[in-house]
Amino acid sequence: MLAFILRRLLQSVAVLLAVGLVSFFLFRYVGDPINAMVGQDTSQQERDALREKLGLNDPAPVQFVHFLFNAAQGKFGLSYRTSEPVSRMILERLPATIELSFCATLFVLFFGIPMGVYTGLYPRHWSSRLLQAISLIGVSLPTFLIGILLILFFAVILHWLPSFGRGETVTIGWWTTNFLTVKGLEALILPSITLGLFQLTLIMRLVRSEMLEVMRTDYIKFARARGLTNRAINFGHALKNTLVPVITVAGLQLGALIAFALVTETVFAWPGVGQLFIQSVQFSDIPVMAAYLMLIGLLFVVINLVVDLLYFAVDPRLRGQGGAARVGSH
Amino acid sequence: MAEWIRRAADSDIWWSFKSSTLTVVAAAATLLIIVLAFLSPLLAPHTPFDPSTLNLSDGLKPPVFVGTDGDWSFPLGTDDQGRDVLSSIMYGTRLSLVVGFASVVVAMVLGIALGLISGYVGGAVDAVIMRIADVQLTFPAILVALLIDGIVRGLISVQRHDEIAIYVIVGAIGLSFWVQYARTVRGSVMVEKNKEYVQAARVIGLSPALIMVRHVLPNVTGPVLVIATLNLGLAIISEATLSFLGVGLPSTQPSLGTLIRLGNEVLQSGDWWITVFPGATLAALVLAVNLLGDWLRDALNPKLR
Repeated sequence: MLAFILRRLLQSVAVLLAVGLVSFFLFRYVGDPINAMVGQDTSQQERDALREKLGLNDPAPVQFVHFLFNAAQGKFGLSYRTSEPVSRMILERLPATIELSFCATLFVLFFGIPMGVYTGLYPRHWSSRLLQAISLIGVSLPTFLIGILLILFFAVILHWLPSFGRGETVTIGWWTTNFLTVKGLEALILPSITLGLFQLTLIMRLVRSEMLEVMRTDYIKFARARGLTNRAINFGHALKNTLVPVITVAGLQLGALIAFALVTETVFAWPGVGQLFIQSVQFSDIPVMAAYLMLIGLLFVVINLVVDLLYFAVDPRLRGQGGAARVGSH
Repeated sequence: MAEWIRRAADSDIWWSFKSSTLTVVAAAATLLIIVLAFLSPLLAPHTPFDPSTLNLSDGLKPPVFVGTDGDWSFPLGTDDQGRDVLSSIMYGTRLSLVVGFASVVVAMVLGIALGLISGYVGGAVDAVIMRIADVQLTFPAILVALLIDGIVRGLISVQRHDEIAIYVIVGAIGLSFWVQYARTVRGSVMVEKNKEYVQAARVIGLSPALIMVRHVLPNVTGPVLVIATLNLGLAIISEATLSFLGVGLPSTQPSLGTLIRLGNEVLQSGDWWITVFPGATLAALVLAVNLLGDWLRDALNPKLR
């Protein structure tokens, strides 16, 4: 098991280095950092002096190592667009994205798993078929369209919920939270549903197909023969054995949630990191793009690692063997 | 020709297609949308992006079946500039389809080429290509496409970017989808290259390139075709998403995604038709293409027969 963890850690470091290399090339060779820092009337001598001082004449590998050290300390330079430090811009917006993704995950798990269990237990009931059909349509609708339709119904026509922004937030230290005000919680509802809907249908279909498979196995028949209650069989025996692939997919989807938050954030004018990234793409604000890329890369690597380790916690059979088999599709 | 038609009508695929009503409906819908979109210069009632034909007093007319303000020359209403929504949708669908098809072709050509090389040559070349694929798979495709678009914007001027926006977006989406093809083709090539017919081709002295294209490639067309159909829906959604985010096609040549973005800007005032009709067209198109893709996947999979 230790060998497995070490191998996974090495792979993670390799992926991070590759992402770092892409970020570095962006940062260094797309757009000129000097041009962004000085005015138009700066003389060539001054530019050259600045270039030398910043180490831009060093060999590329040396610059890359410098870049990695700075990135590790959260130093990504100044934004081309606002001239603010990139790290501060990201840190200000991070709480909004994390709270949104957290709520969307809760929504996915609290609705997706029970719906999957239900459609798996009663696959031929009309309500299961209806849920299946709706999930197919849900997969075909792009995220931003779902968001727009929700805004149209609940904000523009019914006036029940706000259509943009975070509502009221409370600041605790550097963290701003939506959870402590009614307005803030209301503002979370529509974006969370929009962000989570695609993952909800995914988890539902996955739990359903796993349940269908598990319910045919001998140990379920045996549990019935022992006269256990339906509840003990369905949740204690069946659902528990579907959890390994569900954890894999849910974990990997958490990363996708945070990445896809950029679409939802744009629809709802949600002041998060994703919206910042879209703005930086529109203005080709390279330092922000490079920093966002590194951040997302780190996030995905950590999530992949945690998902792999979770296997051991969930499935005791794996602890005896040398490594976890990759379960489920990527 | 007659012989070919008779054989096609007798095949398993045709039979499986005919026996699934949903697939026939999806195929008919896809065909209808494609024909309407590509004949838009002939069929569309207006040319919405020729400013000389626009009249601001026609602006914000509702669809004819809502209330009494509608005008039969604008059956689905008009936007704030007085452009006919129906005509905009027809021209926009054409652009969405072109970008979707083109980016699938780019991804397919790139993926097949890299997959063939990776599987046939093996060794260090294979390792490098597959590690790049692994790293790219770590990120969602839409993020990769956004990143490529951002890099291109950093390298060229804004006006130049608007001119070549359609090529940039095709390239960005194509580059973000190649991995799946490369992996599939590589897997098949590794199986095929040890078979007798490939050895025989090698013995008569054919060049590796010729062996790959003429002998190995025909054996991997099935799975590639399935991935391409399923990817078409994804590519159309990706293009719409990028255009909606404002980094895709500019408002001077709007695709369905651009139309939805423009409509979304005036949605708060309750003029829903500017957004909802392009949105419904996009959803119908993607749903129909996805149904076709699902069917093709099952029909070409011998295990499911």
